[in-house]
This record gives sequence, structure tokens and C-alpha cells, in this order.
Amino acid sequence: MIPGAFAYHRPTSVKDAVGLLARLGDESRVLAGGHSLIPLMKLRLAAPANLVDLAGIAELKGIRADGNDVVIGAMTTQHELIGSDLLAGKVPILRETSEQVADPQVRYLGTLGGNVSGGDPANDMPALMMCLNATYHIAGKSGERRVAARQFYQGTFVTALGSGDVLTAVRIPVPPAGHGYAYEKLKRKIGDFATAAAAVVLTMSGGKVASCSIGLTNVAATPLWAEAAAKILVGSTLDTATVKKAVAAAEAITAPASDARGPAAYRTKMAGVMLARALGRAKARARG
Amino acid sequence: MAKSQVSMKVNGKAVEALVEPRTLLIYFLRDELRLTGPHIGCETSHCGACTVDLDGKSVKSCTVFAVQANGADIRTIEGMANPDGTLHALQEGFREMHGLQCGFCTPGMITRAYRLLQENKNPSEEEIRYGISGNLCRCTGYQNIVKAIQYAAAKINGVPFQEAAE
Repeated sequence: MIPGAFAYHRPTSVKDAVGLLARLGDESRVLAGGHSLIPLMKLRLAAPANLVDLAGIAELKGIRADGNDVVIGAMTTQHELIGSDLLAGKVPILRETSEQVADPQVRYLGTLGGNVSGGDPANDMPALMMCLNATYHIAGKSGERRVAARQFYQGTFVTALGSGDVLTAVRIPVPPAGHGYAYEKLKRKIGDFATAAAAVVLTMSGGKVASCSIGLTNVAATPLWAEAAAKILVGSTLDTATVKKAVAAAEAITAPASDARGPAAYRTKMAGVMLARALGRAKARARG
Repeated sequence: MAKSQVSMKVNGKAVEALVEPRTLLIYFLRDELRLTGPHIGCETSHCGACTVDLDGKSVKSCTVFAVQANGADIRTIEGMANPDGTLHALQEGFREMHGLQCGFCTPGMITRAYRLLQENKNPSEEEIRYGISGNLCRCTGYQNIVKAIQYAAAKINGVPFQEAAE
């Protein structure tokens, strides 16, 4: 498999990358870890005339605490997310999710920015970012702007990112200490995209749910934030009847495709099963 | 399309070449450098037969452009044996434990296992299986590959290898 010919660019600053993209126009694509884009190029489903590789831009790397947020550079790899003690302490669901992304080789190169910015609803990180209420930092022709993950995804491979934009960082508000969390992913085999998956972050107070947020992976044209389902759970003890109601509300917003991972109705039901399991594990982990 | 100049270290040797930007690293290694140890299996980032070690990372060289590896330090199966020509502990392990049948996946398996043991000197069976989950073998059922890696870990750590009861 031989990709179409392209010119290769390797800027060393975000400013240069944005300048290059503005100059090269629509025929250019940003290259991060390459593990979504290069397979598409090999199949000639993508054939950009120019690739702007972000690997030489030091400012896009790294994980830091900033007040009550953590800020993760877009070129931070899944492998680095898994290895980060800062994240393991503050946002442990990131490690749990990263460990279920693809396989070790892909995780050494695959980046958080690449995972969230392509708009592929099969990727695991976008629904998690919606669950965590992350914000994306974007640099473009007209300067820098921030877009909430919950506002970012417009359709399959369609996002708030314009052709001249570079996603530079992901800002995640740190969930309260003692929160419970789980990412439950059903897949046919290790390394596969999800048949359905659910991300849950919740807090408990006096045995009842004080707050809850739910993201769903690969069961619609976009990743989903299941706001109504989460609302049903707040104030409950996560009793069976209430969980059943929330699961039904989550299933109601899904619209998966029928594909090799199963018929649509099955995938909708599996989204519900993953959600119920994630709620159970999140509750067991929560304090309060 | 204009070619790009790349220089990298491959199995300890400095290499310089002009490559088309679209040249995948696996083709550069096999066709230009004639290092045919890394194999082309699926060519779709699934099978891991093309795995090489790149700057301390296991990567699937079918999903990296050679230009991305400019400046990198790469090791392939051809660079795995000890300097005196004796087999690396992993190579010995695969031979002793029958970790291969047809052998097609073996270069990728050994290269991946090399990095796994660099990061985790004494992995459990579960950690080994998770660690090689990006490498497919269609012959062995993995049992003997796991044993081969356990054998190598024991040898590197200087402890006797104890085969687990089946």
C-alpha cells in the first residue's frame, strides 16, 4: 500500500505550523502520531498534498497541573498518558481508558490530540473528554480560541476544527477528590475499536449520587454526552430501578451503524450494558 | 515530488539517504537498507510483524513514514544478537521454548518483547500477554511465545527459568 505523494513539512513552533497551514491551504493536513491519518492515506481515502508534522514542536508536549485543571499537550502520546503519575493521581480514568486504546505499538505513537481532533466516533478519548468536560485549545489564522469538547463534535469526521487550525492542548478540570470513575469498553478483540463503550465519572455523598457525567463511544455519528441519563441518577443510591431508567435514557440517544461489530439494536443494548457496568464500578471506587 | 534527506542510526550504523516523503519506514528498511527481518504482514497496523524499536519505542514500521524517523535510533531484529554474535536471550528463548513455527511473526515478536523487558524486567504472564497484544501469531497459540519471553527474562535477570505447570 503506497500513499499518494505529498510534500513533508516539519515546523518547530505552533506559530510556524499555523503559518504553513494558512499558506498551503486546504490541500494540507496536520500529522500527529499518524495512526489514524497514515492508514487512511495508505487506503487513499486521504491524499493530502502537504503534511505538516507536529512532532518537532516541543511546546505541544507534556502534562502539567494548572490551578484546578490539568493541561495536556496535544502531542502527548497514549503511552505517556499511561505513564503519568500526575494524571494517575488526579484523573485516573485517563489511564484506564488509554490502556484500552489499540495496542502497545499504537500507543507509543498515537497522541491525545490526534485521537480527539479527527472526529472519529470510534476513538475512545472523545467521549471521555465530553464526560470530563474538557476544553480544547486551538490555534488558527485568527489567533487562539477554546472550544468545549461537548460542543466540538458535529458529525463523523466533522468537528469545530477548521482546515488551518491546530489543536494544541486539552484542558481537563480535575474531578473532586474521592470521585468514582470507570471506562467500560466492549470489543471483539484486544486492539479493536469499541462495539460500544461508556465513560462514567461520579461523586457520592451520604450514599447518594451527588454528581454524574456519562460519555458514550462509537454508538452514533459523534461521541455522545448522555446528559439526561446522568441527571436521572443524581440523588439516587444507584438502585436497580433508577439505573434501569438511566440506561434506557442513554440507549435512547444512541444511533449506531450496523456493521461488523453487530447490528444497530445490539450495539445500542451493549451501550446500556457498558453504562450499567461502569456505574457499578464507579460507585465502588467513590468515597462519600 | 521532491525527495527529503534523512539520516538515522540503524542497528548502530549511521545511515543517510534521500527518500520520497511517502516512503513508509518498512519499505525504507527492507528495500533501501535490505534489512528484510522486519516483515510486511497485514500492512494495516494490526499484525505487528513489521515492529522495530525506534528511540526506545516499539513501533509498527508500516505506519511510520521514513521522514518521521529522521534523526532516530532504530533497532531491527538484525541488530538483536549480542556483539560477539551469540544469540540475544530472547532469540535463545524462542529457540529453546519453541516460540515459533512458521517464523513470520518472530522478528516483530522479539523486537517488541525486547522493549517490553526493557520497561519491565520481570513481567507476569498477564503483563507479557498484554505487552505483546499488538503482535499476531497464527501458529503457536502464543503459549510458547510467552514461555520464550519468560525464559529470556529469567536469563537476563540471572535466575533459573522455571516453566509453569500446564
